[in-house]
Amino acid sequence: MKPRFRIERRLEVPSWMNWSIPAGAVAVALAAGAVLLSFLGVSPLAAYKAMVQGSLGDAWGISETIVKAIPLTLAGLAVGLAFTMVVWNIGAEGQIVMGALAAVAVVRYAFVDNSLVILSLMFLAACIAGGLWAGFAGFLKARWNVNETITTLMMNYIAILLADYFIYGPWRDPSSLGFPMTTPFPDAARLPVLGGTRVHVGIFLAIGLAILFRVLYRWTKWGFELRVIGNNPNAARYAGINDLKNVVLAMFLSGAVAGIAGMTEVAGLQGRLQPGFSGGYGFTAIIVAWLARLNPMATILVSFLLGALLVGGDTLQVVMRLPLASVQVLQGLILFCVLGAEFFRNYRIVFIRGGE
Amino acid sequence: MEILVPILSAAIRSGTPILYATLGEILTEKAGVLNLGLEGLMLLGAFSGFTVTMVTGNPWVGLAAAFCVGMAVSALHAFLCVTMGANQVVSGLAITMFGTGMSALLGKAYVGETIRGLGILPVPLLAKIPLLGPVLFNHDPLVYLSYVLVGLACWFISSTRWGLTLRAVGENPRAVDAAGLSVVRLRYAYTMVGGGLAALGGAYLSVVYTQMWVEMMTAGRGWIAVALVIFGIWNPLRAALGSYLFGGVGALQLRIQAAGTTIPAPLLLMLPYILTIVVLVGISVRKGKGILLGAPAALGQPFHREERD
Amino acid sequence: MESERQRPLVQMLGITKSFASVRANRGIDFDVFAGEVHTLLGENGAGKSTLMNILNGLYQPDAGSIRVKGRECRFSSPREAIAAGIGMVHQHFMLVPVLTVWENLVMGLPGLKAVLPKRDVIRKIGELSDRYGLDVEPEAQVWQLSVGEQQRVEILKMLYRNAEVLVLDEPTSVLTPQEVRRLFDTIRQMTAEGHGVVFISHKLDEVMEISDRITILRSGEVVETLPGRMATREMLAEKMVGRKIVFAVDKAVLNPGDTVLEAEGICALNDRGLPAIRNLSLSIREGEILGIAGIAGNGQKELCEALTGLRPIHFGRVLLRGKDMTGRKPMDFLQAGVSYIPADRKGTGLVGAMNLRENFALKNFWRKPYARGPFLSWESIAGETGRIVERFGVSAPGLGIPVRNLSGGNQQRLMLGRELSGTPDLIVAMQPTWGLDVGATEFVRDQLLRQRERGAAVLLVSEDLEEVLALSDRLAVIHKGEIMGMVEDPRSASEEELGLMMAGIRREPAIEGEKAR
Repeated sequence: MKPRFRIERRLEVPSWMNWSIPAGAVAVALAAGAVLLSFLGVSPLAAYKAMVQGSLGDAWGISETIVKAIPLTLAGLAVGLAFTMVVWNIGAEGQIVMGALAAVAVVRYAFVDNSLVILSLMFLAACIAGGLWAGFAGFLKARWNVNETITTLMMNYIAILLADYFIYGPWRDPSSLGFPMTTPFPDAARLPVLGGTRVHVGIFLAIGLAILFRVLYRWTKWGFELRVIGNNPNAARYAGINDLKNVVLAMFLSGAVAGIAGMTEVAGLQGRLQPGFSGGYGFTAIIVAWLARLNPMATILVSFLLGALLVGGDTLQVVMRLPLASVQVLQGLILFCVLGAEFFRNYRIVFIRGGE
Repeated sequence: MEILVPILSAAIRSGTPILYATLGEILTEKAGVLNLGLEGLMLLGAFSGFTVTMVTGNPWVGLAAAFCVGMAVSALHAFLCVTMGANQVVSGLAITMFGTGMSALLGKAYVGETIRGLGILPVPLLAKIPLLGPVLFNHDPLVYLSYVLVGLACWFISSTRWGLTLRAVGENPRAVDAAGLSVVRLRYAYTMVGGGLAALGGAYLSVVYTQMWVEMMTAGRGWIAVALVIFGIWNPLRAALGSYLFGGVGALQLRIQAAGTTIPAPLLLMLPYILTIVVLVGISVRKGKGILLGAPAALGQPFHREERD
Repeated sequence: MESERQRPLVQMLGITKSFASVRANRGIDFDVFAGEVHTLLGENGAGKSTLMNILNGLYQPDAGSIRVKGRECRFSSPREAIAAGIGMVHQHFMLVPVLTVWENLVMGLPGLKAVLPKRDVIRKIGELSDRYGLDVEPEAQVWQLSVGEQQRVEILKMLYRNAEVLVLDEPTSVLTPQEVRRLFDTIRQMTAEGHGVVFISHKLDEVMEISDRITILRSGEVVETLPGRMATREMLAEKMVGRKIVFAVDKAVLNPGDTVLEAEGICALNDRGLPAIRNLSLSIREGEILGIAGIAGNGQKELCEALTGLRPIHFGRVLLRGKDMTGRKPMDFLQAGVSYIPADRKGTGLVGAMNLRENFALKNFWRKPYARGPFLSWESIAGETGRIVERFGVSAPGLGIPVRNLSGGNQQRLMLGRELSGTPDLIVAMQPTWGLDVGATEFVRDQLLRQRERGAAVLLVSEDLEEVLALSDRLAVIHKGEIMGMVEDPRSASEEELGLMMAGIRREPAIEGEKAR
């Protein structure tokens, strides 16, 4: 007789599952990636080893991983805030670009030769630009129930093309020999870096904001309102919470934090704007948020791990001549597995013995 | 009138890939499953259609392969969303990431290759009709197939027993379950067919439209298709009109660029994306707040029978 | 024919079924013969629906067997049950609102032609309607139909599939007394034609009227099966609950005080944007329960929402203690001391994924001492939640578990505790005892009466006529968003008269005068 089992909803999720299930999911994804790599004629073991060595093997690798973890944390927090309310902001990429554009615009048109002043101005401008970019989609959703998944995504394309317009057009550096890039920032507009690495002070912004978000969700009235809206919008309305106003507000904040990521990228790393400068942080942030289960502190850790994946991907490109797209494939696989693994969090399988 | 003919004709051709994806998504969503992976599916379809055509030398085999790849990958979406009850939005995003990455990874070697894809095949007699003929009946076979599919889909959904269950399963899966049909099987089937059609739309780009393979060549058409499903209020005929509208904007923008203009290219390229938002806002404003009429009531919700409330 | 009478149409033997931690059915035997009405009687949660869902193939039993006309059957889906001649009319209708009646009837029908044979279907519907007195417009969309009409569609759906055994799950709970009588005529017609009917209910009078045999279930087990004519109301009730229950509600005589709530000619729309409340006026005073009776879907929910600020009012005014609250936000109503117990506790009143503390905070997070500036004081929240759990007898393993894991009764106790804890001025309660067992029902009713004694004004909306009659000081009947009549002394109202009002026939002033004597 075939084994009989049934699937039951878990009453309570054991706490060890909070980390073991995502970890298991990532392991399964890496295993699937290994199968894929061997189909491509690459030794998966060698590839994974190269990735780990490149990203975590030495101090430089770790510092590079942190460099990537900074925008991932910021964007992950941003996306997570929207997801908490079940608003699908998948436009972090565009909001990052808008933040960067605003920072560059400040340097270009309102430069003050005082580091603190100019950086604060850039920060503010990036917040507002990213915030408005996302807040617009939030407004459309709140006002007319316009599907935010599509609007935020379309606004990614628009933001990137807008950046292209400035980089190839009015903002192009005349001394760049025709290369598409903006004029480099003066030193005052650069974020200080730590030691001899490329890690910039954006790291403190990222960690500080994560702590702030933690306090917001757990200890404040507004954070509670956001969580109620996300869990049950009907109950939110019933409790006198203005869900529509909060959607716009939370989207603005989400975009603002993503905008900060854009500002720290240009001011901390590149010092100028180049095409494709964000390189998909806004999309990787979706995985970050989901893996971290929207928990701000876990977002830092997950960002570090995915940062390592990105750095490892760069190594792979150099050492094994694998296209950067292989990282994107791995990201997709991780997201699949994390989604599938949710099932085992919510349900358990009970085997029935005997019966008749 | 005469000058409009080439533009309208181009609108139909460049709208066709979007139309296939939109049609596919309509079927998927009618069954209650939201598949936001269209962009990834189209890219996988474009890549697999191109390579198989190159290897076999037969574009029809390439198109069929693309359709199968689309079915297989969307089966994964169905597995996650229908069987495992996963979040459909995020699963769709995963499909898009995976499809984008996979097509770029495997397609690296094929960039710059060319194939002999499907050519133009005027319909005898009909192509001779003034104005209408050149606009509608001077295309490749896949355009004609899309005409047939639109009509077929309308008839299928409204008048056949399978269409009836399709409408029901997206509205109230419990009713379908109580009537003794398998909600799971229906949702798998329509998610897979929908994914196959999306991949076919992608393959149209590489096998018929451009006859080459470029990374990210769909350029957001998958997302536009998702928006067009809402614009078309889940009606294949309206979806077709929407697709041709977007095809027209794409064609017009190419023409403006070719004519030599002072408008910078990036700003012109924004047009379809801005139009998508405008169209979406337009349709949402008209319906007012609250539930969108026409949206299947159970869209995006997993179905489990053995749960007591 | 005689041998058919000897052998049951359906026989269930030793059925056992468990969910997660609940054993819903334990070794249940049950059978139905042709031409009889066999009633399943039991409280909410006694296992009636589970048993019938097993018969219908929706659930598979953990143990036990089913025989149809003596032949052992195993249904792995409703389709197989229907093919064996067993049709179920669920309490929550399994209809697709946007489809037409005839489309709903043939959806999923085995052997249906590829192209929908609309004309044949409509003709057959006509025949069945005439035969069983189930008239309904075949081309209407289901969402346009009244609940009673939708029920007819469900019954037709089963007859269309040649069901020999019809299971009717709580069919009368959504009907007016007149519609109930009409349904009973249909049931008698069906048994006369040789169908077997399983009737599920907890309304004793109806059960005694229609049943040939009655099987009583309690906590998943059969208490007894007895012939319908031997049953008495008291006996059934005692067997069903397991102890003697008192039918009369003890209500103190009070003199109502000042007017708390006044609605003057209010109009509001439903979610579809159609008029749901039309020119409705009412008022409630301190220490008074105003009952609103009516069939489901006649604007009750919209009325409650309009009176608590959750739904915009297009015409008319709402006054709280003389202050105009029209157009104010839900939060303003909360701050003015308005409590609302919604019918849909899982969908609106509670957040299933959140724990007990957070669900208490839901309606209190904005006020002291639970909020300090922009911050929350989880300490005070936990303290008060603990007190509510104790006072209202919520049985939960801890304050930190998600409320979706509580039973319906405990969820209701928690919600009630939250809504009544702040000494509200006005309590709007919609279907507060729906889906609860007798113990929890008594508790909820008792709490509402205590609030009345404390001096709160209570608006009680219920589809359970018995309930509103027993609790209310005054009673209004709502139909299509209008008040059909106000009964000043609910205990003397005749069911006949209320039924007519529920069906939309306005009360004549003459009758009012007559009542007054």
